[in-house]
Amino acid sequence: MFNKILIANRGEIACRIIRTARRMGIATVAVYSDADRHALHVRMADEAVHIGPAPATESYLRMDRIVDACRRTGAEAVHPGYGFLSENPRFREALQAEEIVFIGPPAAAIRAMGDKITSKRLAAEAGVNVIPGFDGILEDGEQAVREAARIGYPVMLKATAGGGGKGMRIARNEEECRQGFERARSEAGSSFGDERILIEKFIEQPRHIEIQVMADSHGNIVFLPERECSLQRRHQKIIEEAPSPFLDQATREEMGEQAVRLARAVDYTSAGTVEFIVDRERNFYFLEMNTRLQVEHPVTEMVTGLDLVELMIRVAAGEALGLRQEEIRSNGWAMECRVYAEDPATDFLPSTGRLVRYQPPEAEHGRIRVDTGVFEGGAISMYYDPMIAKLVTWGPDRDQAIFTMQEALDEYVIRGVRHNINFLAALMAHPRFRQGELSTSFIDEEFPHGFRDCDVVQESPALPLIVAAIMHRLYMDRAARISGQLPGHERRVLDNWVVVTGGRYHEITVRPFQADQGYRVDFEGQHFGIKTDWSFCQHILRGVINNQRFAMQVERTGLGYRLQHRGVTTEALVLTPRAAELHRLMPCRQEAGCSRSLLSPMPGLLVKISVKEGELVRCGQELAVIEAMKMENVLRAPVSATVGTIVCRPGDCLSVGQVILEFE
Amino acid sequence: MQDIIGQLEAKREAARQGGGPERIERQHGQGKLTARERIELFLDAGSFEEWDMFVEHRCVDFGMDRQKIPGDGVVTGYGTVCGRLVFVFSQDFTLFGGSLSMAHARKICKIMDHAIKVGAPVVGLNDSGGARIQEGVDALAGYADVFQRNVLASGVIPQISLIMGPCAGGAVYSPAMTDFIFMVKNTSYMFVTGPEVVKTVTHEQVTAEELGGALTHTSRSGVADLAFENDVEALLMLRRFINFLPASNREKPPVWPCNDPAEREEHSLDTLVPDDPNKPYDMKELIEKIVDEGDFFELQPDYAANIVIGLARMQGSTVGIVANQPLVLAGCLDMDSSRKAGRFVRFCDAFNIPIITLVDVPGFLPGTSQEYGGIIKHGAKLLYAYAEATVPKVTVITRKAYGGAYDVMSSKHLRGDVNFAWPTAEIAVMGSKGAVEIIFRRESNDEEKLRQRTDEYSRRFANPFVAGSRGFIDDVIMPHKTRTRICRSLAMLREKKLENPWRKHGNIPL
Repeated sequence: MFNKILIANRGEIACRIIRTARRMGIATVAVYSDADRHALHVRMADEAVHIGPAPATESYLRMDRIVDACRRTGAEAVHPGYGFLSENPRFREALQAEEIVFIGPPAAAIRAMGDKITSKRLAAEAGVNVIPGFDGILEDGEQAVREAARIGYPVMLKATAGGGGKGMRIARNEEECRQGFERARSEAGSSFGDERILIEKFIEQPRHIEIQVMADSHGNIVFLPERECSLQRRHQKIIEEAPSPFLDQATREEMGEQAVRLARAVDYTSAGTVEFIVDRERNFYFLEMNTRLQVEHPVTEMVTGLDLVELMIRVAAGEALGLRQEEIRSNGWAMECRVYAEDPATDFLPSTGRLVRYQPPEAEHGRIRVDTGVFEGGAISMYYDPMIAKLVTWGPDRDQAIFTMQEALDEYVIRGVRHNINFLAALMAHPRFRQGELSTSFIDEEFPHGFRDCDVVQESPALPLIVAAIMHRLYMDRAARISGQLPGHERRVLDNWVVVTGGRYHEITVRPFQADQGYRVDFEGQHFGIKTDWSFCQHILRGVINNQRFAMQVERTGLGYRLQHRGVTTEALVLTPRAAELHRLMPCRQEAGCSRSLLSPMPGLLVKISVKEGELVRCGQELAVIEAMKMENVLRAPVSATVGTIVCRPGDCLSVGQVILEFE
Repeated sequence: MQDIIGQLEAKREAARQGGGPERIERQHGQGKLTARERIELFLDAGSFEEWDMFVEHRCVDFGMDRQKIPGDGVVTGYGTVCGRLVFVFSQDFTLFGGSLSMAHARKICKIMDHAIKVGAPVVGLNDSGGARIQEGVDALAGYADVFQRNVLASGVIPQISLIMGPCAGGAVYSPAMTDFIFMVKNTSYMFVTGPEVVKTVTHEQVTAEELGGALTHTSRSGVADLAFENDVEALLMLRRFINFLPASNREKPPVWPCNDPAEREEHSLDTLVPDDPNKPYDMKELIEKIVDEGDFFELQPDYAANIVIGLARMQGSTVGIVANQPLVLAGCLDMDSSRKAGRFVRFCDAFNIPIITLVDVPGFLPGTSQEYGGIIKHGAKLLYAYAEATVPKVTVITRKAYGGAYDVMSSKHLRGDVNFAWPTAEIAVMGSKGAVEIIFRRESNDEEKLRQRTDEYSRRFANPFVAGSRGFIDDVIMPHKTRTRICRSLAMLREKKLENPWRKHGNIPL
């Protein structure tokens, strides 16, 4: 076994690998770029080596620097994680040249599976189902149309080097096929520098199901229970689970055996994943093979009890798997949510910035697992993937795994960047998701207008209002204990309140119940008993309502309260009945139109204009950067608006009040 | 007797009616509450003791003798906010347009006199068309009587004005002399001369809202401290605000139970200051993470945002916060921010509220607009205020503390009681590059040498150690311990006694 390994990665996966290595008694070396100087993986590792500036091309993708870091630290092996250099055969060869072990498959297997055409050919030869299509590169649009007619519409045109939805087009007729070919080709050229385009049958409402294989260098290969990763946004997975709610035992075994055959055909070792798409009749077709550890590997670990990273390290060290196919059991259900710094309301645009508050739910062995690479006070950098963490839950069945996930999401506190916690919670509550009716177009179909609060299926709409009333009562009771009150005229807090939310007024009675330090609440003809030990400084209010546990994120906003629960954010005001009566007299106002131009607030040098004319900007979005007092000052949009004329250019010297740009 | 009681009831009823149902409806139609509704919302339920309900004006000109309504356009009295005594007057726009007569002014003066005597705040809910023109000089005398009391009460009891309608002409000077002015958006405005006069005299076309609305005064002029969405929000937030203040200068600020531990550590503060000294960060994050429950009542957030001021609590007891804001103008001091913070420091000092100062200041803002505007005198106001203050003063330097601005920001030299620095603190006359360009002017052509000199200067001064070696800072603290260390310092300073030499009054550079 190795004494020391280097992890050529960052973020949660680097931290996750370090944890296993530490448990195995192996010393760890982290590498980091300028942007990651204070990152969690650097703090966790035994040693850390700086490998360059923030852009990945100058750090995490620099093989020479990583090889050099191995040499300097005496690391005997390298785990590449996923992404970056994990599927680069030349990296493996570069390590080999220095007699450093690559914890992953052989270069030949990486190469073979890295090319879509070769991999498809090899798969077909190994007896793996492949999608009907044309075995080669399309010359032009006319050939695309001819082949499409042979395969049958709809067809998919895609770049051989493609990925992440780039260079991909669906065509349902000749016209779309001709145009789609041109578009896909130019996109492929600009994105990957490779204009080769393939054509194949397009599977409608497909599911994405994949098989994890594990192979050693002694010829042992096993497959592990499948993962379903159909829920995707922008062609990237967002929720994964094991097993799939769709497969039957026969299909499962057939898929597993085909995956093993393919792995054997390329002399595979280490962990790999064979991805299939599955149609409505449970026909499955080979999609590609990922020759690395997958992001979603924890769901497999949760149901099998295996540690895939440990297996990878052992196999790389030359050990035999020691695991027979018939010994592999799948126990219960695991669900994974990818927590991203992105805004579901604006087509999942990534968000960056400082994590002002970051409190993931508490991990619980075998039930809740949080693979995180950040910490409170850390930053989500613009240079890398905006994934914050993976939240994984386990339950004896699918419903219980989902329920645990809902509870965990309720307790996930993130402030400072936009995030998708509410969206994930909305997916968990979605009836179609609950029924397991998944497809890769699920999100486009169910959230055609993007994610809005009003789309969320609420299980208990009364709860946030009750909690707001209780918080208010607690605040009022405390204020009533302020010093300096007139003797005999102390403040008395009454029990009747009105909760105002979304322009509606709800009467509510909140009575303290001394015997069990709880509250009795009457709300819309129903009675609730609530207990909570919440104190004012906590961001999560945990409690028991009518003997059921709940947790809710709470925040005081001026006069009101903001509550986040099960994917819904509720803004509520709690007033006395009399104040509510007077509040009804108050006019509802729309935000008054603000200034129609962006003015320089200070004398300085205009460093950057961050928007284009005609661009739609959101309130708070960066518009320009001014350097003054040797500091960069970011000017942000005061309201959501469309950018009109840009008056100044970078390099201009600005005086106070000078117009930089105008809004339409 | 029965007859008298009958008359009494009739008078009371007339007073409660104010300007009558039609005018009340019009008031509501404008999104405004009536004078009595406002008092009802502001005070604890049932606590209001009304005085002078039967006061009537004595004007006989222009047919005024036929228009007498008990109360004369203002409701006055006292009550409690969370059980604590507060005096209040509320002008009634439905009655003579809330205009101020001699009798109206006397009612206000009466509660002010009592407030000074017993030591309790006065809250004015202003909604008045101005002077009762029919009364002529009597009304002006009334204003002046109020002004005089505002001045005598200043620094003795907290005075707060909530502008809930028009406030124009001479009337603005009473709120102007109170400690805080809050406004209601869209329904309140304040100006010395209204849009018509402005148009006649200067030919400027401007609406009342643009000239003196809540937005104007909270972002452009700095006259008002906060603007609220509507009457209900304004009055309920005012209750929250009162909870921070001592009843008078004879008292310590109020205390309430707090279970936010003084030992709470915020490890994320260790990464608050970015590696790059030119990158800004949000000072409000620091404030919210060190004060009790993150509850920071910020004042003037939209005016001179390069300095942040407001009230908060530490271990249940009120503190004033003054902090440079690197996000805006790099946190430098200029005319507006100096005046903003200077007045706030004096308020805290007058009312025994300890001051916590968080420093990241690169200096005073250079430029002709500042020099011509008199930054010298404006900057001196903040300096004066800090130097004069005798309340507990705890200072934390997070990053830059350069030049004269370092001295100003509650430094040890201005009787700062406890002065801490974070490890990232740089206490120097100026930034390294600027300093080297002056000290080594002769080497200015040699870039390499200049860079070396800059490094040398940085090594010497871009740290808290030189100041530490002089005792100008008491300790270098870890950011995550900031709350604990401040709480402990404040506890130690609880019984601080310090007096300035006797004088009639100082001469602050106005």
